[in-house]
Amino acid sequence: MNISRFLKSQTVDPSRRSFLKVSAGTTAGLMLGVNFGGIAAQAQSAADAALEFNAFVSITPDNVVKVMIKHLEMGQGVYTGLATCIADELDADWAQVVCEHAPANTEKYANLLMGQQGTGGSTAIANSFMQMRQAGAAAKAMLVNAAAAQWSVPASEIRVSRGVVSHGSHTATFGDLATAAAQQSAPDVTALTLKTPDQFTLIGRDDTLRKDTGKHNGTAIYTQDVQLPGMLTAVVVHAPRFGAKVRSFDATATLARAGVVSVFAIDTGVAVVARDYWSATKGRELLKVEWDDSAAETRGTTDILAHYHELVDTEGAVAASVGNVSETLNQSRDVQTLVFEFPYLAHAQMEPMNCVAKVDGAAAEMWYGCQSATGDQAAIAQLLGTGIENVKINTVFAGGGFGRRANPASDYVLEAVRVAREVQGTPVKLVWSREDDMRAGYYRPAYVHKLTAALNVNGRPTAIQVRVAGQSIMAGTPLAAMMMVNGIDITSVEGLSDLAYEIPERQVELHSPTNGVPVQWWRSVGHTHTAFSKEVFIDVLARKAGDDPVAFRLGLLKNNPRETAVLQLAAEKAGWGTKELPAGWGRGVAVHTSFGSTVAEIVDVSVQGTNFKVERVVAAIDCGIAVNPNVVRAQVESAIAYGLSAALGDEVTMTAGNVDQDNFHTYRVLRMDAMPEVEVHIVASTNAPSGVGEPGTPPIAPAVANALAAITGQVITRLPLKLA
Amino acid sequence: MAYQLTINGQTHNVDVEGDMPLLWAVRDHLNFTGSKFGCGVAQCGACTMQIDGVATRTCVLTVANAVGRNITTIEGLQSPQARAVQAAWVELQVPQCGYCQSGQVMSATALLEKNSAPTDADIEAAMAGNICRCGTYSRIKAGIHMAAAQLKNTGGAA
Repeated sequence: MNISRFLKSQTVDPSRRSFLKVSAGTTAGLMLGVNFGGIAAQAQSAADAALEFNAFVSITPDNVVKVMIKHLEMGQGVYTGLATCIADELDADWAQVVCEHAPANTEKYANLLMGQQGTGGSTAIANSFMQMRQAGAAAKAMLVNAAAAQWSVPASEIRVSRGVVSHGSHTATFGDLATAAAQQSAPDVTALTLKTPDQFTLIGRDDTLRKDTGKHNGTAIYTQDVQLPGMLTAVVVHAPRFGAKVRSFDATATLARAGVVSVFAIDTGVAVVARDYWSATKGRELLKVEWDDSAAETRGTTDILAHYHELVDTEGAVAASVGNVSETLNQSRDVQTLVFEFPYLAHAQMEPMNCVAKVDGAAAEMWYGCQSATGDQAAIAQLLGTGIENVKINTVFAGGGFGRRANPASDYVLEAVRVAREVQGTPVKLVWSREDDMRAGYYRPAYVHKLTAALNVNGRPTAIQVRVAGQSIMAGTPLAAMMMVNGIDITSVEGLSDLAYEIPERQVELHSPTNGVPVQWWRSVGHTHTAFSKEVFIDVLARKAGDDPVAFRLGLLKNNPRETAVLQLAAEKAGWGTKELPAGWGRGVAVHTSFGSTVAEIVDVSVQGTNFKVERVVAAIDCGIAVNPNVVRAQVESAIAYGLSAALGDEVTMTAGNVDQDNFHTYRVLRMDAMPEVEVHIVASTNAPSGVGEPGTPPIAPAVANALAAITGQVITRLPLKLA
Repeated sequence: MAYQLTINGQTHNVDVEGDMPLLWAVRDHLNFTGSKFGCGVAQCGACTMQIDGVATRTCVLTVANAVGRNITTIEGLQSPQARAVQAAWVELQVPQCGYCQSGQVMSATALLEKNSAPTDADIEAAMAGNICRCGTYSRIKAGIHMAAAQLKNTGGAA
């Protein structure tokens, strides 16, 4: 989900939304009236009743600044990032700021680049940088106006610094002024003067602690931890094959199991509802289900990929075209071709999918790590035949997501609602086991690419043809209108269709076959595969031309100062061409732009026989202003680890329609011993912030492959990487 | 059936089937939700508790087998090593999504309680069973070194 494409869509004018001043005390009403993990919701005293300044800022008389976070905190640091933007313009003391997730309310809390409330595409900071700063500045203006009235001094002479409002001998905390300030009329946000970068006090600082606290001592609350009075737990047995339906089931033994409350069929399988997870799980083991496979996907991944290999030998739908590539290729004496293969990938976030739902007639209340509030709310309302105003969503932390929790079909969310409506008025926690999660599909699609280039006498590419075959992620989803142009799913070819390298003639063609395997975006979406084929291919061309891979790239990036600068910074910091490698080590490079940001990574690998270890990664990123550089570095480290996991071991395969992997012993994710040393360098910038959560992922796999090629001569074109 | 468990130094009675993993008895019946469910087959370490001081995957340890043993959950961590680990986790801003971190902290604490000056290799061996999909491994490793150094400087009293 590339930022520039979201920008093309209609954006929401923040001045017309989100600043409706609401009467004091409404935020207090949002406190969940539930028992979270045994911690009773505290009675609200007058001192901690929040006074709402705008949709994002409330201040309590006891001096706490409460920030409403419109995005899902799933580890990417959005609590910290959005609160930093608000607190900086508000001139709050960082220590007085607390965050909570906003409720589902598209009018107030839309992602301004998506036009709906949702988190994804590395847009959390990019879409809200100005909006959050305006919210902070607006609240500050109200505090200043209240102080001016109280002290009978001109507002323009009042100073605000680190949570203290002062003028001459007068000083007041935000809490002191909160009641009076909340009565002030909300300022016109477009008339507010925001800070210039040199005036920032929190933005750009490295030493502010994260606001998603309680993760080091077990007190942070995730969906899995939500406890409600009378709550039951549900598990669902899903069909072994995608698209199969329940033919019949026998629940006799299940119902006899202690703790099991009820068993019933729903759209997606057979639900077992019990007093706790273990009873539900043991009950499920006793269930006998007959499946109707008549509409099921029964092929294996070998068959599916073989079909894709056939497709890339044929012309596809044209996604991008400059010049007459096929003619140039036909006439060229020097043509280079490589075919690449990418497996299906599971997200395998640490918290398997889960969702708490309570359905009472036409009303639903939900508790979960909600990544797609507008989409989920609409889907729930439609399922229940009710209005979205009857669907209340309480968002809690997500134990990772990497795309999975923003499911275009609201799959796990609707499953929870389907179960909950059978036990009216009772909250039900739907819990997927790891096996359920891994076999549920919604994978990063498998792809085959074929890249062909015509080379001139100097070995420089004059024309490139790219053919991509693989399922469309966007087709049939609510985002299709935005992300598909003339039947082309942009996310299938992004990174290739907007090729950064200057090659005079280029054509990108796409085959989007359909099959029964559900697919979904996975951290960095199309760039997960396009960066690999592009960067491995360009490295092959560089070596073929006898050129240095960095110099060769720079030669093709003469009109791209941003990629040039990032690549040069990474090369310099890594000691490219200057820092010698131990014997048996190789060094490789990749650079890629995604979600508005550019990342270059330089990798050192050590090789022993067919084994190798990634020893060191030096990364450089240009993401515009780094709102919190420590969080940016953490995200690049994380993005590298996530991409490296896929480079080294992640792979979903199917045999006759059955998924072969079910847990971490068969789906081999990165563990500590394989984690390289990672260094992250951030390009100083005053440009608006762009994506951070995803752009670090695309370059890592090709950089590792290029390092392996440099030392072994083996060009690996299939992921996960294996040396022969 | 009723079982008596000693958790964080306190006695708790729980009426469940004896084959229920300790993790689920503690989470679903005793409301200690700090320890997490990640895989159910002792592959990811999110459920790690200390059983008689040993870091243990409680998604595969039955309630019946936990009777009479000293169970420590993330909620009950108190040793100087635990406090040093948790302080380092905050100082280095280790957690991202955080879902695995209770388990990481339990394993790191158990390591430092036995080995006050672990090498990188010691850390990798002790932490091999704890997966972090956010990839916070470098910061976890640095956090363990930081905690060890802090404990050394203060003579073991964090």
